[in-house]
Amino acid sequence: MSEFLEYQNISKRFGLIQAVNDVSLEIKRGEFFALLGPSGCGKTTMLRVAAGFETPDAGRVFLDGRDITDLPPNKRRVNTIFQSYALFPHLSVRENIAFGLRIAKKPKAEIDRDVEAMLHLVRLEDQAEKKPELLSGGQRQRVAVARALINKPDVLLLDEPLAALDLKLRQRMLIELDLIHDRVGITFLYVTHDQGEAMSLSDRIAVMNEGRIEQIGPPAEIYEAPRTSFVAAFIGDTNFLEGVVAEHPEPEYSRLRIDGLPDVMVYNDKQIGDGNKVFLSVRPEKLQISRDEPEPKLKRNAVPAVVEDVIYLGPNTKYWVRAGNHHLQILRQHARFFLDEKPIRWKDDVWVFWHGDDGFMLEGFRKADEKLVAAPPQKLGDE
Amino acid sequence: MNAGRRARRLQEFLLTLPSFFWLSLFFLVPTVLVFILAFRPADPFGGIGQGWTTATIRSLADPQYLAIAWRTLWVSAVSTGLCLLLAVPTGYAVARASERRRNTILMLVIVPFWTSFLIRVFAWKSILHPEGFIKKALEFLGVVDPSTQLLYNLTAVILVTVYTSLPFAILPIYAAAEKFDYRLIEAARDLGARPFQAFRKVFLPGIRQGLITAVLVVFIPDLGSYIIPDIVGGPGNELLGNKIAQRVFVDRNLPLAGGLSIVLILAVLAPLLSVLVLQGKKGGTQPPPGNAAS
Repeated sequence: MSEFLEYQNISKRFGLIQAVNDVSLEIKRGEFFALLGPSGCGKTTMLRVAAGFETPDAGRVFLDGRDITDLPPNKRRVNTIFQSYALFPHLSVRENIAFGLRIAKKPKAEIDRDVEAMLHLVRLEDQAEKKPELLSGGQRQRVAVARALINKPDVLLLDEPLAALDLKLRQRMLIELDLIHDRVGITFLYVTHDQGEAMSLSDRIAVMNEGRIEQIGPPAEIYEAPRTSFVAAFIGDTNFLEGVVAEHPEPEYSRLRIDGLPDVMVYNDKQIGDGNKVFLSVRPEKLQISRDEPEPKLKRNAVPAVVEDVIYLGPNTKYWVRAGNHHLQILRQHARFFLDEKPIRWKDDVWVFWHGDDGFMLEGFRKADEKLVAAPPQKLGDE
Repeated sequence: MNAGRRARRLQEFLLTLPSFFWLSLFFLVPTVLVFILAFRPADPFGGIGQGWTTATIRSLADPQYLAIAWRTLWVSAVSTGLCLLLAVPTGYAVARASERRRNTILMLVIVPFWTSFLIRVFAWKSILHPEGFIKKALEFLGVVDPSTQLLYNLTAVILVTVYTSLPFAILPIYAAAEKFDYRLIEAARDLGARPFQAFRKVFLPGIRQGLITAVLVVFIPDLGSYIIPDIVGGPGNELLGNKIAQRVFVDRNLPLAGGLSIVLILAVLAPLLSVLVLQGKKGGTQPPPGNAAS
């Protein structure tokens, strides 16, 4: 399977803001692809470039091998589900769904048949004659889906389609969108700022920040092997540790010297040479915490720490600890609850340990991204 | 039904009472008086005679009046149509303009109102005058020959009517266009519509309320137009309004003026009622839920 929707070196500027900066991206046929990023990262501009609402300042867009950069929106075999749904208020649900086919001057019998099929797909048969204003948010969303899909687009563009819904409905529509994608099998390009939506739906995710793509990959790869501090911090939560590569006891592993901590072992597939400054990202749930010093193991890193805060969350507990001059967050899953267990408390001396494979060396680090991670609690009278 | 609803009904009734009296006193009563007048005989000294007669109404079947009524209708219709043709793109452009430009354009639309209506119509008389600059310019360009008269014809009446009515068409259409959700145009284009199709199938229905208002506030006053045909229309091009004025001021035949006024009132009521019926069919049968309770 080759690339189906392809962006080549797209740039787009709005006034002083460089919305998209030399971005290339390839989306495969039938893929559920998510563009994930904070607001203003350029993801919606990317979608609008594919839809034909924006012309890029530089770069080309290809759909199925054909250059569509200069085609007007009505000549592109793509359809959009707008964030606000943009249903036509003067038309009924049925007429809204039929809009594209009517414009295409399809025979009436065909329109009627296809509209019925769509109404069935989105389960709105009994709402067909209503005006959009009489529908609930979820129903409106389904009309928008049906109205777009009835044209059998090559790519369906979804612009934050769940943002206008409340949490429960969002979760239900999430499943529904996934089912629809499985059933119709067309390519979905899904723009969202919600990592949960992107992770649960997509085959692949492109994480965008400040007009550039930071990383492209399947959800697990994005989460487990972030390449930059932005990806590590924007998706999930993490701990950053700054260190210097000291030596290579094994070809793929390095010893990292971190200020104020014992040396730690880290997986170094990028072959970063000795003496280089690197940043390490360790997810809170990969860290373990214990009152007793763990027995030394190959590639196990253990550092002594003092508990600063304990936040009990039910299924898990979050610990904030200070190790040397570093604040670390640890998420501990409760496997089994013992009433007589002596819980870890504030100001306890503990050991924090993790496997060398669980720390991830970042290729790019920006100081500003530290602000994206949860901050350690500020205690009155501290400092 | 229940006490709360009855109390609200009473409240609504009391609140509408003042406007009801106002409309009765200054609209309904005069209209009824005009109707009564039409069925009174005229006395030769310009007053109203005793007794009742239908002679006046029957005399309206005169082809002379029919021709005038027909002319009034089509002149108003053409003027209204031209106004809409000009006002829709203008309203759209104003609504899409930046805030600063929007205010400038709206000012330009409204500024002529600061000059008396009569003076503006007279101004057109000198603009279209045989010695006026338009005539001279057209002559110079060879578009018209020197004998052509720009004034005193129905084209002049329509031109000046469109000029004076245009702001009344632009303002409601602008108001509707300003509230229109332009993402709907993108949605239509996305679904395959060419720009003009999106305009016709989504934009025009979207500003429907503004269009209806524009038609009513332009067409109805145009029907009763009297100053414009009087000043730029010339003798053979009078409209109903001129005939009514003539019967009142020149012939002193009030019953005949009343009869003509009835024709005019019916001509006004017809479009108004048809719009009301149409709207009742579209929107009135399905009140939006929840609004009634608040």
